[in-house]
Amino acid sequence: MKALYFAWVRERIGKAEEEIVPPENIKTVAELMAWLSGHGGNYAAAFAHIKTMRAALDRTHVKHDASILNAREIAFFPPMTGG
Amino acid sequence: MRARILVRVQTENFDVAAEAARLTQGCTNIGALVSFTGLCRDEGGALAALEIEHYPGMAEEEITRVAREASSRWPLERILAVHRYGLIRPGEGIVLVITASLHRGEAFAAASFLMDYLKTEAPFWKKRHLADKGAGDWVEAKPQDHAAAQKWRPDFPLGQF
Repeated sequence: MKALYFAWVRERIGKAEEEIVPPENIKTVAELMAWLSGHGGNYAAAFAHIKTMRAALDRTHVKHDASILNAREIAFFPPMTGG
Repeated sequence: MRARILVRVQTENFDVAAEAARLTQGCTNIGALVSFTGLCRDEGGALAALEIEHYPGMAEEEITRVAREASSRWPLERILAVHRYGLIRPGEGIVLVITASLHRGEAFAAASFLMDYLKTEAPFWKKRHLADKGAGDWVEAKPQDHAAAQKWRPDFPLGQF
């Protein structure tokens, strides 16, 4: 699946997007964040405050317990500050 | 009847009067037009610019979703929402919301609703560029913005995400 990162999540990881292939036992957004945070210092820093992290699956806001199965695109970002 | 909804996400600045005139062109049963413009402040001279990042595609979709909800809550004729991204200087517009309806009550309420939801649900992020230090920190989301959105819908997921 395609992973997108925005704002300081993007800056900490050091890239805006990448293809990720999570193992089959990773089924939810929360599990995916935990898995990604184990990918080295940049990822650990980006996912240090998981509680405040927002996620979208295929451009729709989701909660952390949402299933990632069948999603083509997942985005991680801090709380939004538009307007 | 559902309102005609126009949503744009763009780098260019906007002209409020021109947008309002275009939105209501040829429509003679509009009795009330409310516009809200969000501007970039210089924070007492400290801020050189705001850099706004967005999630292309989702940004337009989320604003449209919120506009559709406004249209289902109030009898509106027209809704326009324009949100900029990229580098924005103090004094320039960031966001424009215009609502038009037969009477003023629904136009005021819908504009307020749109702004409250746009701030907490549309995927935009502001980074401050400081006059003396260059690129600075990311603007943090404010609890009062979340509370403002929550007042329209008591079950709004405050801090749930």
